[in-house]
Order: sequence, then C-alpha cells, then structure tokens
Amino acid sequence: MEGGVAYENDLNLKETELRLGLPGTGSTIEKGVSGARNNKRPLPETREEGGANGKPDAQHDDQENAPAPKAQIVGWPPIRSYRKNSLQPKKAEAEAAAGMYVKVSMDGAPYLRKIDLTVYKGYPELLRALENMFKLTIGEYSEREGYKGSEYAPTYEDKDGDWMLVGDVPWDMFLSSCKKLRIIKGSEAIGLGCGA
Amino acid sequence: MLRKASSFPEEMLEHVLSFITSDKDRNAVSLVCKSWYEIERWCRKRIFVGNCYAVRPEMVIRRFPELRSVELKGKPHFADFDLVPDGWGGCVYPWIAALATAYPLLEEIKLKRMVVSDESLEVIAKSFKNFKVLVLSSCEGFSTDGLAAVAANCRNLRGLDLRESEVDDPSGQWLSRFPDSFTSLASLNISCLGAEVSFSALERLVGRCPDLKTLRLNHAVPLDKLANLLRGAPQLVELGTGAYSAELQPDVFSNLAGAFSGCKELRSLSGFWNVFPGYLPAVYPVCSGLTSLNLRDANIQGADLIKLVSQCRSLQRLWVLDHIEDIGLEALAACCKDLTELRVFPSDPYGAEPNVSLTERGLVSVSEGCPKLQSVLYFCRQMTNAALVTIAKNSPRMTCFRLCIIEPRAPDYQTLQPLDLGFGAIVENYKDLRRLSLSGLLTDRVFEYIGTYAKKLEMLSVAFAGDSDLGLHHVLSGCEKLCKLEIRDCPFGDNALLANAAKLETMRSLWMSSCSVSFRACKLLGQKMPRLNVEVIDERGPPDLRPENCPVEKLYIYRTIAGPRFDMPGFVWTMDGDSV
Repeated sequence: MEGGVAYENDLNLKETELRLGLPGTGSTIEKGVSGARNNKRPLPETREEGGANGKPDAQHDDQENAPAPKAQIVGWPPIRSYRKNSLQPKKAEAEAAAGMYVKVSMDGAPYLRKIDLTVYKGYPELLRALENMFKLTIGEYSEREGYKGSEYAPTYEDKDGDWMLVGDVPWDMFLSSCKKLRIIKGSEAIGLGCGA
Repeated sequence: MLRKASSFPEEMLEHVLSFITSDKDRNAVSLVCKSWYEIERWCRKRIFVGNCYAVRPEMVIRRFPELRSVELKGKPHFADFDLVPDGWGGCVYPWIAALATAYPLLEEIKLKRMVVSDESLEVIAKSFKNFKVLVLSSCEGFSTDGLAAVAANCRNLRGLDLRESEVDDPSGQWLSRFPDSFTSLASLNISCLGAEVSFSALERLVGRCPDLKTLRLNHAVPLDKLANLLRGAPQLVELGTGAYSAELQPDVFSNLAGAFSGCKELRSLSGFWNVFPGYLPAVYPVCSGLTSLNLRDANIQGADLIKLVSQCRSLQRLWVLDHIEDIGLEALAACCKDLTELRVFPSDPYGAEPNVSLTERGLVSVSEGCPKLQSVLYFCRQMTNAALVTIAKNSPRMTCFRLCIIEPRAPDYQTLQPLDLGFGAIVENYKDLRRLSLSGLLTDRVFEYIGTYAKKLEMLSVAFAGDSDLGLHHVLSGCEKLCKLEIRDCPFGDNALLANAAKLETMRSLWMSSCSVSFRACKLLGQKMPRLNVEVIDERGPPDLRPENCPVEKLYIYRTIAGPRFDMPGFVWTMDGDSV
C-alpha cells in the first residue's frame, strides 16, 4: 500500500532483498544488469523474447535494459528445491538458474542462514552481504594474508570436503565448488591465508 | 422410561468406538456429552496434529493417555519452495521427549516438514519397545547416524519411510545396523538418500524380511543389482528402482525381465533415474497390473514414454514429466480409463521458452478420456478459459485441482483475458473440490467465484493474483470450510484481514508473503485475537524500526491453544497483547 512505496525508496532495497511491490504487481529479486548469472552467457536472441511475448509485465521494463533471461523469482514455479538438482538434461544450467542455496554458519550464532550464491556478482558483494546478515566486519581480502586483521574470516567447504578461505579461487570456480559457508573468528583463520 | 446416556454401558460404547477411526468422527464423538468425551479420550489410539504449534505436547498427553500413533506437521507448505527462512522452527525434539516419557507403548510416529535431529531419532529408538513405523516426510536435520540408532534398536520395526527428506552426510553403513535376527520390515523408502548404501547389507535385509511389501531404493543402487533384489522379494507390491541405466547387455536384460516377471504382486513403480530406454521393456511384464506409476524423475521421452504408459491399462495414478507432451496425454486418455490422479511436472521450469509441446490440450484430453479423474497437478505454459471450462465440465469427481502456469500473470493466450471465467467454471462444477491452486492472470472476480461456489474448499494456494482487498475478503467470507490459505505476491492488505479476523480462528493457518499487510494490522490482529499466533517473519530486522504502515515481508497466522512459542529465531516476532 501507499506507505510501503515511500519506505522502499528510503531503504533502497535491491539485489538480495525481496522487493515489496505496489498493489497489482509482484515482487521479484533483482539480479542486476542483464540478469546475467556469473556462469551463464546471456543469449543474444533473448532480447527478442521479451518483446515478442507481449506479456503485460511492465515492471520488468524499468530494469537496466535487461534483455532477459527474466529475473528469477524465489520459489516460483512451485517445485521442491532439492529437485532442482535432479532435473535433466542441462543439469548444470538448471542448477545455476535455480539459484544455489548454501548454508551459512557463524561461530556463536544460534542458528544457520541460507543464501543464494547466484545472486552475487563477485566476492565483494558476497562479503558485504555476509557482513550485513551477521552484523560484523570481514574486511579486505589479500592473497598473501587472507583476511588478516579482520575480526572474522569467511571460509567454505568445497566439493572435496576441505575447508578453504573464501576468495582464493576465481569466483566461477568458487560457485561451482562451494558446498557451505562458515564464518570463523579471525584468530582461527591464521593458517588459512597463503602467507601465514 | 428414558435411559440417561450415562447408563449405557461404557464397555459397549468403547467397543462401538473401536470401529470409528477417522479423526473427524472421533472429534465429533467427543463433543456429544461429557461422559462420551471421557470414554472417547481413554480409547483414542491415533492422533493427527496438523500444526505442531497449535497445541503443546503436555496437553495432548493429558487428554489422550493411551495413544499408539502420533502424526505431526511442522512448517507451512510454502517452506517447500524456499519461502520459509531456515531456522523458522518446527523442531520436533520437545515432542519426542514428552512422548517418550508418556507413551512407552507408542508404535508409530509420522512427521512432515519438521526438523528432526539425530538426538530425536536416538530417543525414539531407545524409548519405545514396540516401535513399528517411522515416517519422515520432507524432514531435515538428521543424518544416517540417527537412522543407524533406529536400525540397531527397533526390534519390531515394520516401516521406515524417509520420503523427500534431506539427510545429512549420508553413508551407506547404517543399513548393516539392522541385526541379523531382524525380519519384521514391511516397508522401506530410502529414495531420498544421496549416497550409496551398502548393497550387500540391503540385499541381506531384503532377503530375510518376508513381509516386505514396499521397497523404494535411491538412485545409487545400480540397475544390474536390481534383479537380485527382486528375486529376493517376489512378494513386493511397491517398488522404487534405483538408477535405470547400464550398458545394454542381453543377459542383464533378460535377468531383469525375468525378475520383474516373478513379481506378480507389483502394483506401484517409481524411481527410474537416468533411464536408458533399452531397458524399459524389462518392466513390460508388470505394466498391466500397475495402479501407480511415478516417472517424476525419469528422463524418458517421446515414443518410449508413450509405449510404457499405454501398457498400464489399470493405472490409477500417474506422475510424469512434461516430456509426455499433449500427444502422450492423448494416449493416456485412450488407454487408462481408471485414472484418478495425474501430475505433470516441468522438465525445464526456468527456461524462458517451452522445451516440450505440452499445452492445455493435454489436460483437456485427459479430462475427456478419464471420467474418474479426481486429482490434478499440472504445470504448463499456456491456458485458455475455454479449456478450463471444458475441463470443469468433464471431471465431476475432481477433489484436488492444482494448475501452475509457469509465467506469473499469464492471460488466456488466445483472448488475452484473465482466467477468471475458467477458474470460475472450475469451482462451480467441481462440487466436491477440497483443494485448489490458482495461476495465470486473475482479478478479484475469480475470488468472488471462489467465495460463492467453493463451499467445500479446504485449501487454497494463490500467487500473483487479484487487484485489491476485495479478493481476499471474498475468500475469507465465502469459503465455509477453508482450513489452509497460502498467498504470495498479491495486493491484499489490512482491510480484508481485519474484517475477517474471527474467520482465522476457524482455520488451521494463513500464510501471506510479499503482500501489503502492514505491521500495524499485524499488531492489532495479535492483540484482538488471543487464540491466534500472528507471526511476522521479516529478515530486514525488527519491524518496529520501520514505520507502522510498512508492509511486513511474511506473515504466518495460525490458531493455537498453546500460546506464543518460545523457540522463535531472531527474524520472527509474535504479535500478542504486549507485542514488540
């Protein structure tokens, strides 16, 4: 309703937040320029799809010239989330399109959170989101020293079951190998950085 | 001379009641008079709690001292689609701890959408000497360690069903924890497990349990091992295969076909991950007797799929991917006249363009050919009012109709009109409709139809529909039997909710996410209605840090006699008399 719209503009909810729309519109997760996910090339012909369909979905037009694919809506279509990983063919693409939810734990926090990694374009965004979610500072990553000097360090478990420091590998490789995230206290991070 | 109810011998009433097993009937009996309430509660054996937060375990225990079977549900249905944040609740441990003390003779526990820890499973395993059946449907939070405890300790276990649950760090060794002397298993469903199970332990287990009627394997069980399993259990009635592919070898094929032929009682098939079509004919011997076929995970296409389905002339239930296409559904309609339930799932739900030729025509064919159709779940990409009207007229026995047009707010693709008239025909013709899911472009008009005609409707799911509060008002004021209402992304706000506050106490629950209900209205509702828990779920932080008229992210309202719960995470607030 009316109050909601004004509030929206103040807080500038974007990117990872659910957007509350005006009455008569739905909410979508805005995924940034071109709706591109990091491991999917935007298809040149999709520019036509948006126009030719003639769908009355006017609110997509005011995104940044997104030529489609359309922004992903959480929980739509309504199929079970774990099934996303068993769809064939194009399994990897379907997984990317479906969002990649991983659990995030933090030492000392009573419950875990879950985030969709495909929402972020790269490490800086991910780290900022983690900082916001858990109300802490992670600081700058450096190849030599990891997150030295920060109170907390983000780590992740990869496909082999090893715990790695977030930021060491290219973003795409991280996306395809990250199974879960864990934010550890900085003191425990010594030994994970390359230079330690 | 009139006899008072109390002079009717209790034992006779108890005996009569032993034939009354439905929850609704039992509840009705308990309301007749005080003595019937007393007699009924002492002999109630099974209880179903649709919302684990509606009542406290102590209350159940106090009223029903002799339970043998407890069924609980936790998270709201939309949790299946990632709309309920992790950590919301639904932890079963407090219930298990209470049940363990109160009911040493408990035999069955059935849980749906609950968080089950290994510790809970260990308590179950060690507390109930005569434990028989454990069903964990869409649950999470446990690992194979918990399962190992159940296997090792439940000497009389008859059923272990993990359907659709998420099991952590699966390792296959837990199956070996069933002792060699253990032979009572009748039903085993491990289809959701991700990793390999110890095949030799499985084989031995299957071979020594003569009552095994249901066996649902996971995808890690290879095809060449399936024949051996089947030969060890020719009495199987329900089978879920593992992976259904291997290099085509004549001896493996004939072995498999022979094993299937030996299963004369087989009525239900599922599984079929990774199908290699060359092996499909191995199941042909059992097709004519099948009543249930679940190909939901099977990537079979075209002619192979049609050929398989066409042989199942006794089929009552079919779950299949949209690879079946309109042409396959026509064949289905021609062959399977006993069909009562059809579910068609999308093979490529996030693709921008259709990858298969499945349209409204497929569903129309089935409605025309299968007069007994009563339950439909149909994902498609286009629909017309005309098709819906036809479908509405063809299937008078429909009780559950769920249509998902993949594009939100898609209109009738021929007329570009909303689908109000089509769904209006649905609710007007389906006089026994209990469950309905809407999709496509819909205005407040469709809700007017629903409120007017859907008098037996118990569950309604709505997404991206409606224009104003009037829509919600029609539903809340018109649907007399409404029990569960779940809404997402609709322009419904405070007015309808507050005007129909009393209605909410007659329902199990209401879910609203990405709608326009303000925090102020939530507080008001919580204050006015002490027997409702009004939960505001908002990951942006405390709602009182924002203006009162700001819409909340998600709202979950349910009736309860347990008061506000104490296990809420930081992003959930209960509105009550002294709220936030």
